[in-house]
Amino acid sequence: MSPTPGPAGATAEAVRTGGRSARSVVEEALAAIAAADGPLHAFLDVHADAAAADAAAVDAAVEQGRDPGPLAGVPVALKDNLCTRGRPTTCSSRILEGWRPPYDATVVTRLREAGAVVVGKTNMDEFAMGSSTENSSTGPTRNPRDPSRVPGGSSGGSAAAVAAGVVPLALGSDTGGSIRQPAAFCGVVGMKPTYGVVSRYGLVAFASSLDQIGPFATTVGDAALLLEVIAGHDPCDSTSLDRPAPDVTAALDDGVEGLRVGLCQELLDEGDAEVVGRVRAAAEALAGAGAKVDEVSLPELRLGLPAYYLLAPAEASSNLARYDGVRYGLRVDAPDAEAMNTATRTAGFGAEVKRRIMLGTYALSAGYYDAYYGKAQRVRTLVIEAFGRAYESFDVLLGATTPSTAFPIGAKVDDPWSMYLSDLFTVPSNLSGHPAMNVPFGADGEGLPIGVQLLAPALGERVLFAAASALESLAPAPGGAS
Amino acid sequence: MSGAGTPPISREDVAHVAKLARLDLSPEELDLFTSQLASVLDHAADIAALDLSGTPPTAHPLPVRNVLRPDEPRPCLDREEVLAAAPDVEDHRFRVPRIGGQEP
Amino acid sequence: MTETALAPPETGAWETVIGLEVHAELQTATKLFCSCRNAFGDEPNTNVCPVCLGLPGSLPVLNREAVTFAMRIGTALHCEIRPSIFHRKNYFYPDMPKDYQISQYDEPINVGGWLELPDGERVGIVRAHLEEDTGKTSHLGEGGRIHAADESLVDYNRAGVPLVEIVSEPDLRSAAAARAYVTELRGLLIATGVSDGRMEEGSLRVDANVSVRPVGSSAFGTRCEVKNLNSLRSLGRAVEHEAARQVALLEAGGAVTQETRHWDEEAGRTVPLRSKEEAFDYRYFPEPDLVLLEPDEAWQREVAASIGPLPAARRARLAELLGGEATESQLEQIRSVVEQGLDHFVTEASPPAPAALALARAGNELAAEPEAATSLDPAAFAGLVALEAGGELSATQSKKVLARLLADGGGDPLAVAAELGFEALGDDALAAAVAEVVVANPDEWAEYCSGDEKLQKQKGGWLAGQVMRATKGQADGKAVDEELRRLRAAQG
Ligand SMILES: [Mg+2]
Ligand SMILES: [Zn+2]
Repeated sequence: MSPTPGPAGATAEAVRTGGRSARSVVEEALAAIAAADGPLHAFLDVHADAAAADAAAVDAAVEQGRDPGPLAGVPVALKDNLCTRGRPTTCSSRILEGWRPPYDATVVTRLREAGAVVVGKTNMDEFAMGSSTENSSTGPTRNPRDPSRVPGGSSGGSAAAVAAGVVPLALGSDTGGSIRQPAAFCGVVGMKPTYGVVSRYGLVAFASSLDQIGPFATTVGDAALLLEVIAGHDPCDSTSLDRPAPDVTAALDDGVEGLRVGLCQELLDEGDAEVVGRVRAAAEALAGAGAKVDEVSLPELRLGLPAYYLLAPAEASSNLARYDGVRYGLRVDAPDAEAMNTATRTAGFGAEVKRRIMLGTYALSAGYYDAYYGKAQRVRTLVIEAFGRAYESFDVLLGATTPSTAFPIGAKVDDPWSMYLSDLFTVPSNLSGHPAMNVPFGADGEGLPIGVQLLAPALGERVLFAAASALESLAPAPGGAS
Repeated sequence: MSGAGTPPISREDVAHVAKLARLDLSPEELDLFTSQLASVLDHAADIAALDLSGTPPTAHPLPVRNVLRPDEPRPCLDREEVLAAAPDVEDHRFRVPRIGGQEP
Repeated sequence: MTETALAPPETGAWETVIGLEVHAELQTATKLFCSCRNAFGDEPNTNVCPVCLGLPGSLPVLNREAVTFAMRIGTALHCEIRPSIFHRKNYFYPDMPKDYQISQYDEPINVGGWLELPDGERVGIVRAHLEEDTGKTSHLGEGGRIHAADESLVDYNRAGVPLVEIVSEPDLRSAAAARAYVTELRGLLIATGVSDGRMEEGSLRVDANVSVRPVGSSAFGTRCEVKNLNSLRSLGRAVEHEAARQVALLEAGGAVTQETRHWDEEAGRTVPLRSKEEAFDYRYFPEPDLVLLEPDEAWQREVAASIGPLPAARRARLAELLGGEATESQLEQIRSVVEQGLDHFVTEASPPAPAALALARAGNELAAEPEAATSLDPAAFAGLVALEAGGELSATQSKKVLARLLADGGGDPLAVAAELGFEALGDDALAAAVAEVVVANPDEWAEYCSGDEKLQKQKGGWLAGQVMRATKGQADGKAVDEELRRLRAAQG
């Protein structure tokens, strides 16, 4: 454990030792949400009563001398694509309006077992498709650092809630950068684990072979604490790796002495000058702390974005077929079943979701599979091989998380490809299944946060957190200019 | 898409795909989606044009095999809870309008 | 295949070419990808969970036993068991909770193989792959027929039940051969313990690919796929009708169009469902929620070792036990009535008598009541025949107990026998009864002992009948016969 715990760690410690009641912690969080969320719109649903009851249960455990868990009394916000039993889970889509799952996602169960208190569900791009949280049936979330700008996406509500300080922890999902990109835009820590480290059971699927749930926090240490709680084998997810949760809190103090860091050219090119400047500053800081930093070029990563925008929509087109008006969610009546399916889906999905369903359906359809889907799968192999080569010489890779800082609301909604470019630096890790993390590292001239991205090989969570923790300690103070 | 030898996506393709995906697009949406999908597919042309015959496809990021569960029954969901979520129910079953199409 | 216009053969003779796709429901305890009960006939929508309802966020996990069952089928059909993956087959239909079916596509678990029919003919097997079943739709409105229905009701209890789809080569040449194939395959599925084989409950469903060609031609004609074949009878009728329809078309100078057709049992004809142009674009792609399935050697050996005698082996063994050929009709009777009961006699290398007895009871009493017989517990039947074979019940008593078992759908034969007052006659009581009859009927006894074979047989039967009468049927016929012989020998 880091010598100076983050707010979540400190809160859990205080609650565990009886220094603070979970109730007061949760009441404070609920009050903060009530005060801040009007203009912010980070939350879709606040679980005020249930949270108070859960907090009371934590306090009771402490009083009775039972272990309340490592996240005792810590308020946590959940992206609205994580199933919560009996509570609305909409994925910010009209088509799931009012749907209450009859079960909890595995990560939700694990949070509760760890004593964490779920305070509500956060806004997102519909079905996690987007990079700005503007594609929400309930309207956009605003960036707490500058309300005229987007928080990034698709997990924008979770990123904004943590950045605004109303909760110390939140969960998001990352299919092509949906945790790391909003974390960078909002100036918080956001991490995508190795594919299979966190169970996807109860995560409403966008692209199954790319989706991973991961933590948002204000510090690397808090993110480590949260990852340890949600990670680990789950028999309900066939793609969950049969191994214990990575022991990342123990790695936080490992330092970077002798660590081989590859500054990856393809994760810098096309980045704004200020962003590139901060990443180079981070590289220098790491070198100053004893890391061996070298530049590396992995040209195959450039192929990642077009491959991603074939694979993810293809899987999505199939994953979203079930929203047909028969078993749950929205139904728009029509005289026959096919017309009912069509009317329901047409009314229930927003434009971006329709666009991706169309794209994916096309990529899989007869005559095009080999040219598009098949090719993209082979590109995926190239990306994995490129990373494999890099990790022969480096322990971690370093680059930008996003090409730019947060952009104004509305700036990219009419041009899908310009929006997709926000994911340029993040999609390679989803294609390879490797872990990666955004660490805030200063700001641009307008005071907008800039994040740097650390990447590690499969199951390299420990070295990733060690490097991130070191980098965090080298970062300029929040608000301080670069 | 010249590089891949695949013709550019047409308005008819988009209409066909919309039908496959059970989406109803207005003429304006059809035009918009045709140009937007064409633009995305234009970027995909970079990879469609590659000769990757020697590279195997990756369907899964990590090689895992034989994940199996024992054949032991576990409790099911409560029927009333399941049916409460349904748009239309009759006789403990999900009601749908006439199935006009063809059986698969 | 595209449309082909075949010239009418000079001889006027046509050959029918048939390939069959058989879907068999596996009788596992739970479904293919979730832990819901796999049961027929339960209250609607009671065996459902987030996975088999396709709820958002749910994920499939493969049932090990279903894989074992699929491997049993593959092994019994001489297939190669291969590393395999699952694909998603995408199409919208209300009975399919996810609007895609998880199935095996180009890398199935069982590839290549054959099934030998009783006449020695081998039918090639293309593949036998795992997939999930759909829910069940009932159509309300006119006559429960899909096109006339105003609305439909869906029950997802069956959604996710494991199926193995067995695809044959187009090796069958007649309706009779198609029926023989399904009959033999059904016997194999039951013998390997993977299916109950009940066509009437939908446990076994057959689609037929039918084409015709001039006798002597080696090219295939354009085929039609015929669906909705719910019994052996409809399979035979549908194939015959479809072949005749195609021949008529071709002889009139027309051409067969590749299409899917629906067998209308009532009207006795096939009607078009959809043409090749309207065929679904299933957009298959690898199921990302499941991983590679690669059964190791040990598992495959374990499966191979667990397979009991298959129908062909049983036929041979029965023939041996009966000291002659078991006719196909005898075997079919037994197969359809007492599969497991028969196993008991055949596999445990019992003396010939039980097998012969089982055949007799199955061929007469059970065959007379086919409806009741199908629901008879095979173990009860086996137990009964064992009692009769062991002399604890007479033939008459055995038939009476069997009638009661049939009426009750099962039970303990010993208990039923006791209930009916059939205590087997002890040896002493039997000897006494025989002696009494012999003393009371000296003329008949003398004729029995005369040495004339015909007389001996006649009087022996009469004397035995007297004993039976005296003991109210409690004596075992065979034992009486033996006692009479013993007395005669002792006297002579
Ligand atoms: Mg099938
Ligand atoms: Zn289930």
